[in-house]
Amino acid sequence: MKIHLDTAKCQGHGRCYSLAPELFDCDDLGTAIVLVTGELDADQLKKAELAAGNCPEYAIEIGA
Amino acid sequence: MQHPPVTDFATDFDHTDEAWVADPYPIMEDLRERCPIAHSERYGGMWAPMTHEAVSAIANDTEHFTSRTVVITEGRPGDDAPPAPIGVAPPISSDPPFHEVARRLLLPAFAPRPVNALEGFSRDLCTSLIDDMGDAEVIDASLQYTQHIPVGVIAKMVGLPPADGDLFRHFVHEIIEAVDLPVEERIARFQPIEEYIVGLIEDHRANPTDDLISYLLDVEIGGNKLLDEHVFGTIVLLIVAGIDTTWSAIGSSLWHLAQNPDDLARLVAHPELIPSAVEEFLRAYAPVTMARLVKEDFEFQGCPMKKDDWILLSFPAANRDPEFFDNADQVLIDREINRHSAFGLGIHRCLGSNLARLEMVVAIEEFIRRFPRFELADPSAVTFSQGQVRGPRSLPIRILERA
Repeated sequence: MKIHLDTAKCQGHGRCYSLAPELFDCDDLGTAIVLVTGELDADQLKKAELAAGNCPEYAIEIGA
Repeated sequence: MQHPPVTDFATDFDHTDEAWVADPYPIMEDLRERCPIAHSERYGGMWAPMTHEAVSAIANDTEHFTSRTVVITEGRPGDDAPPAPIGVAPPISSDPPFHEVARRLLLPAFAPRPVNALEGFSRDLCTSLIDDMGDAEVIDASLQYTQHIPVGVIAKMVGLPPADGDLFRHFVHEIIEAVDLPVEERIARFQPIEEYIVGLIEDHRANPTDDLISYLLDVEIGGNKLLDEHVFGTIVLLIVAGIDTTWSAIGSSLWHLAQNPDDLARLVAHPELIPSAVEEFLRAYAPVTMARLVKEDFEFQGCPMKKDDWILLSFPAANRDPEFFDNADQVLIDREINRHSAFGLGIHRCLGSNLARLEMVVAIEEFIRRFPRFELADPSAVTFSQGQVRGPRSLPIRILERA
């Protein structure tokens, strides 16, 4: 499973990089950046799902 | 309260009505079942959707809805506001494509890193406000604490004289609370605000510093300096949007903790839960309701909307929608999945959301660290603001334990 970020949907709420700073960061405008683009291990997957589930814009999906 | 009492919120909606100001949540719930988009002939025609789905759809639809004014009043743009694309307070009052240009100018200053650099300043401000309370048994947390925090932080960031805090709060009241006054009176009341801000701009032109006003005077769009009305409007926005809102959010959080000793004890024992609690307070007591105007006649979800009808965009109502949130009416400070929209949805996401969160977390941390037990001194003395920003304006709290 991998993180898929739709930067067109991201509005910079910052929930992902607050909740999972090991997986997400942001640029100078506050838009999210994915730090781990490859396959997620079990711990990462849990954190990634937490980040996805708190994104008000539905910009993050976890999938193949 | 200038308007007659509401007869039925479904057909005669008014967010300045006493019943709505006192406790809007049962009214939202009732409307969600009956409407779910309430209507009113007041303010020249308005619609008030109460579901997350409708609020989200409108927030994301810049084709049919304009942001050129976002505070519902008796007037309309043209009566008391410059036209699109800039609007009265860019970028909040701007539509695409100008919106993105105006927003990009401001985003870097409000991104996480520069905002987090204000943590020490915010914490010192909070502790000194608490020190100033002395050993009084009862304090007014709104008047002695929450109202001063955003004023201090915004003043530092934007470049306003901190001593003018009372003046800014007065301006904010005139702009976003006194919304049920006649247009002429609103224009008259805006005069001193305009004069003050023009003075601020002149001061900064003469003596540039490293604050946001100096930045706005210096920055360029496509090789041109910003128009005077753009700089002016953005300063209005930063004052209005940065003060009342966070004051309200911190106040509602303390209001909740004063009435829920179990939550308070849990946060005192586990301060690492405070960020999660802050998200839940933002959801359950979202302070900000926005507005849009309908661009042209069209039908939205069965509602025959007319050009220039107002939309009351209630993020607080969206945040209480049981179709969208489990246990929507319960405040769960460790709620794990919390897609709340307290900071809006779509392109107008609150520019200051990182700053607001920082201020809320620090304000709650410092307050409960020094006052690990407190309660409402007189629940009937708590008053809430009228208009599109909701929060306690009088909040007498009895301190039960000092640390």
